[in-house]
Amino acid sequence: MARSTFVYVTYIRTTPEKLWSALTDVEYMKQYWFGTHCESQWTVGSPWKMLSGDGQILDAGEIVEADPPRRLVIRWRHQSKPELKAEGDSQCTMELEPTGTAVKLSITHTIEREPSKFITAVSGGWPKIISNLKSLLETGSIALQNAYPGNQR
Amino acid sequence: MAQRHDIDLLFKALADPSRRKLVDLLHAHDGRTLNELCQHLDMTRQGVTQHLRLLEAANLVAIVRRGREKLHFLNPVPLQEIYERWIAKFEKPRLKALSKLKQQLEKASG
Repeated sequence: MARSTFVYVTYIRTTPEKLWSALTDVEYMKQYWFGTHCESQWTVGSPWKMLSGDGQILDAGEIVEADPPRRLVIRWRHQSKPELKAEGDSQCTMELEPTGTAVKLSITHTIEREPSKFITAVSGGWPKIISNLKSLLETGSIALQNAYPGNQR
Repeated sequence: MAQRHDIDLLFKALADPSRRKLVDLLHAHDGRTLNELCQHLDMTRQGVTQHLRLLEAANLVAIVRRGREKLHFLNPVPLQEIYERWIAKFEKPRLKALSKLKQQLEKASG
């Protein structure tokens, strides 16, 4: 199978509307995404980009599907590292499903090549981001201040 | 933070060598079918199915349907939560040094 995929799933005690807003609001995003944020109109066909804390464009692409507060599909390509940019477009699908008092958030990220340095690179970051998002929505504070706490003195 | 119930399911899921092996197998190569996973374990198909069900209940395994196939993916999000709750806050440079020493000594003797 010439395809690399990862799937991340978490259950967050919140509502689909609040979770959707957390996934698309710039100021909220910065809190759990270690300063990084995404900019878009969040409608089908609108451009999408991910920016680092200092304003550098990390990834860019467009919204493929937007069905708030249920499903968001973004096609994006890495921009800053040449070897990752060379791998081309990836597709990231976020699905929000209410389950009892929580919302199941599934993130599937796929690129049509195997192995993929891009998928390896992004898969290291997602668990920390998702865990912070869950913590922020459920408790009002994030779990990790720094993406790599082991590097701190 | 995960609820108490979730944490119990998670530690229970990890408290079995076959299930830890399944987690390792998916870490090495994600998105496998039941048949592919069965080839690596010396147990019945029903046994593997049951282990996968417990891993899924603990949210360590996510299932994606592709046509008639069910693909199993490792979901590392709960492991990150274990790390934050049970490792990061107890982490000390001395513990790291000790762990490194243990690894080196065991490597040298093995």
